[in-house]
Amino acid sequence: LMELPPSHFPAARAAALAVGYLRYLRGGPGRGLELRELRRARRQDIDGVGHKYCLELELEDVLDKDRTVSCSAEVLYPLGSTGSAPDVQVSVQGELRSTEEADQEFYNRMRSLEQELVAENIPDSHGNIPPELEPIHLLAWAASGYVIWQNSTENTKFHLAQVKHVKQVKRSDEDLQFDYVVLLHEMVSQEVMPWEVTVLWHPQHGARVSRDRRQHRHSAG
Amino acid sequence: QVDFWRHPASPGHPVDLRVPFPHLQAVKGFLEFHRFSYSIMIEDVQQELLDEEKESMRKSRRVKRSSRTFDFSSYHTLDEIYSWMDTLVEDHPTLVSKIQIGQSYENRPLYVLKFSTGGSARPAIWLDTGIHSREWITQATGVWTANKIAEEYGRDALVTAILDSMDIFLEIVTNPDGFAFTHSSNRLWRKTRSINAGSRCVGVDPNRNWDAGFGGASSSSNPCSETYHGPHPHSEREVRAIVDFIRGHGGVKSVISIHSYSQMLLFPYGYRMAPTPDHQEMNELAKKAVSDLAAVFGTKYTYGSIANTIYMAGGTTIDWAYDNGVKYSFSLELRDSGRYGFLLPSSQIVPTATETWPALLDIMVHVLEHPY
Repeated sequence: LMELPPSHFPAARAAALAVGYLRYLRGGPGRGLELRELRRARRQDIDGVGHKYCLELELEDVLDKDRTVSCSAEVLYPLGSTGSAPDVQVSVQGELRSTEEADQEFYNRMRSLEQELVAENIPDSHGNIPPELEPIHLLAWAASGYVIWQNSTENTKFHLAQVKHVKQVKRSDEDLQFDYVVLLHEMVSQEVMPWEVTVLWHPQHGARVSRDRRQHRHSAG
Repeated sequence: QVDFWRHPASPGHPVDLRVPFPHLQAVKGFLEFHRFSYSIMIEDVQQELLDEEKESMRKSRRVKRSSRTFDFSSYHTLDEIYSWMDTLVEDHPTLVSKIQIGQSYENRPLYVLKFSTGGSARPAIWLDTGIHSREWITQATGVWTANKIAEEYGRDALVTAILDSMDIFLEIVTNPDGFAFTHSSNRLWRKTRSINAGSRCVGVDPNRNWDAGFGGASSSSNPCSETYHGPHPHSEREVRAIVDFIRGHGGVKSVISIHSYSQMLLFPYGYRMAPTPDHQEMNELAKKAVSDLAAVFGTKYTYGSIANTIYMAGGTTIDWAYDNGVKYSFSLELRDSGRYGFLLPSSQIVPTATETWPALLDIMVHVLEHPY
């Protein structure tokens, strides 16, 4: 097990992946998880299997920055180009702020809209998000954590750049459904990739990505 | 005849009325007879109005177009920034001048602000923002910083000491074609807007186009790539102009190239893993600078060489500067760490510029105190 400097990129990329995974698991319209600090990182090369990163992270909810939670994570990047997602194991110590009330309020608001919500460019060019679209942005951020987890390698570091488009889809069951087109920014190649993501969400069940597909748009200029 | 300014609404609630002078005694008598309590709020309305008018005219004559009334907490267009640069020069004519170092691919002027208190062939510090056009926080920080330098000369001991011995050059919109494109068409455009022969894809990454490890890691030979290095080093007019300027000047002692995002302070090399001979000094200076930055609002930066901290990358600005005799070459990656990324809310412009300032000052002071 090799100790890694937390400020250097191999550790930072593994941490970003772990946070993306956690954001998907624990994030939602009322909670946006972000890395406060990477405290420690170690790497182990496992013959015939892959590279395993053991991380100690401190996380915060961007809506509740006065508190943090600790998290230990293991990220295993598989060998070769099998295309399979890295394996992530996490354990979180501490309590995050409850989002029960905000979640229920968002759920009721979305269910009772006369016309399904449609919006684009969140944030706008100036970085502004209208308050009523903030939960939509946070939900996209959580869902993009899934896409990031599924598509990351040791040579990538993804972030959600913008919600290009979102359309609410009415459902006959209890879930909310949002069809997003998000722009993912990948740090190493500097590419911005449009990605279609369908997200189901329910206050008690959390977020689930039911469908995702990279859009192949020719961004020639 | 009285003129109610606040009409009677319900018993027990006050009423305001204007009383024409000829009726004053009669109204007072009436109120006193019926035991209405009253107080005089304005003795003479006409005089009051005249006074107010005079005051507001006086105020508007004082508020002329000024570089200080520019809204630093908003993102601006190219025209607005170029226009503001002229007002900065007007407001500080003995300190600030505007020079043109070349033209962009689409023939836009490449302007640099020169801060100088005179002398000849003084050593200089070079700063650039906006080389990657989508990194809007950088051009905005450039504007704020230019204003700060101009304001602090003669007031802040460090700025005064620096400018009494050295010149500062600041190119705010280093990639104006790209910047215009982020306003008109694609907010996330990074590169220049040069046409690539034989390709439908436009633009070269200006931070892979420098002649230092050109064509190396993290740069692409594909014109459609965001890190396309270009057909050859310095192929981009925007890059060539800076190369020619720095070479021609001969006395540039520091290059600070400002990007976003990631919250990092980086120094050479990017094109090789091996540390520079000056690694220790640069590392110590970076450590101090990020500490002073964090002291402002708690914003955490990491620091180190490009190759160790972010990735190996060939053809970068500061690698070229370092290899061409500019020892104190740094690259900054401003806020944030990914939540908003390139689309940083405008409310964060002033806080970002404010916290970055002490880091810039640390570097500039170090350059002043370590002549070579």
